[in-house]
Amino acid sequence: MPSRPVSSRRAQMSEKIKIAIAQGATCSGCDIAVLDLDVELLKLFEVANLTFAPLATDVKYKDVEAMDDGEITICLYHGAVRNSENEHIAKLLRKKSVIMVAYGACAAFGGIPGLANVTTKNRILDTVYDDTATTVNSEHTRPQTHYVSPEGHELELPELYESVKALDDVIDVDYIIGACPPTREMNVKLLGVVLDFVQGKADLPPKGIILASERTLCDECPRQKPDKVFIDEIKSVDYTELDPDKCFLEQGIMCFGPATRAGCDSKCINVNMPCRGCMGPTAAVLDHGASCLSAFTSILKVSGSESELPEEEIEKLMAKMRDPLGTFYRFTLPKSLLQRVVKET
Amino acid sequence: MEDTFKPKIIVFCCNWCAYAGGDLAGISRYQIKPYFRVIRTMCSARVDPEWIMEAFRLGADGVMVAGCHPGDCHYIGGNYRTRRRIALLRSLLSQFGLNPQRLGLAWISAGEAEKFAMTINDFIERVTKLGPSPYRTSAADAEPAGLVKEGADV
Repeated sequence: MPSRPVSSRRAQMSEKIKIAIAQGATCSGCDIAVLDLDVELLKLFEVANLTFAPLATDVKYKDVEAMDDGEITICLYHGAVRNSENEHIAKLLRKKSVIMVAYGACAAFGGIPGLANVTTKNRILDTVYDDTATTVNSEHTRPQTHYVSPEGHELELPELYESVKALDDVIDVDYIIGACPPTREMNVKLLGVVLDFVQGKADLPPKGIILASERTLCDECPRQKPDKVFIDEIKSVDYTELDPDKCFLEQGIMCFGPATRAGCDSKCINVNMPCRGCMGPTAAVLDHGASCLSAFTSILKVSGSESELPEEEIEKLMAKMRDPLGTFYRFTLPKSLLQRVVKET
Repeated sequence: MEDTFKPKIIVFCCNWCAYAGGDLAGISRYQIKPYFRVIRTMCSARVDPEWIMEAFRLGADGVMVAGCHPGDCHYIGGNYRTRRRIALLRSLLSQFGLNPQRLGLAWISAGEAEKFAMTINDFIERVTKLGPSPYRTSAADAEPAGLVKEGADV
């Protein structure tokens, strides 16, 4: 990270706090979200040094291992935990950091990588190393955690886990920030929290989910909402011309606003896209998907007199909803009650 | 295995019909296998889908929701909601790898003591045939995920 060391500032360098941005199973969108702070970044670097951020700085794990415990003030960990390297980094940085933040939907709830819990490790490896059309692997080679080359070089590779986990399943987490990725506004607020703490203006907030509302997205959604919403027919967002002022559900589009925590400033809603649930459930809910299911079944309109419909008709109607698991648990499968798919023997 | 397997079954009964039916079944001394536990709710629609998930997580082999007959709901339309939820929940549970037959739905009025006994016995038999739930192994050391807090979404 280029900086312009001014002599007067250099004297304060030692007082700067250290921050880290660690990666798990991630798309690195959260790194970009931090970068999206743009001019605010200057404020951040006035008080902080970026000590560990594989995407931005040249840093090795052994550099972190050499640090004292608690040397890093705040660590943002983004991405889910799905192999031994992710877990190692999470545990290492937990030891070296005073504040550990599960940053973004993957670290908070497992996120999109968490959908790997619908299958097994072996089936994933089979697909990647055998079944794809462009793969030629006549010896059916699979990655090994330990490998010695013919020249005698030893190579260690991380082990892929059977199930994807959220960050707080493997370490103690101080703060959880949802969203995919956290918005610029959330980052500015987080920066404010850090600045106030560093400058001794305010104490840290209590542990748990921060920078989010206690209510659902519908509560802060700017669209016009009728008193009662009925979905006549589930429509695809790709093929429907959407009214930017009307409730998505009223237009037949699946929107998880009724079951999802607010605090994202309705980013998707404002660009005419329905909520997919990346902020996770509200505090009162144990299982985001079940909450989405509850909301959705209550508003799907049943044509004709519902009492006269036989059970099979209702099943048929509900079968219109394809892939309920992938839709309701898009970001939260590892943090759902059942956590992963099993196979009945 | 089938002779020794004693399933764990949770039955959610609505206060106005199914629970009264179960009460009457007890008074009338109908014989029901002892593998079920009844949880009374005010309405079958009060049964949050996440409670059913939680029951399976904690190792239940089957869950049944019992309420008033369609059209007879004490709260006018609660059981219609239940019916839809159970229908979608069955397809969700089969995606989770559970046999959807492990989730039962029954309409039992306050006077149908015999139907209550038969329904529960049939369900117990069905679940016994299916065997232990695949979530049982991971549920061995599971703890309840905390009570549903006040003001929870129904």
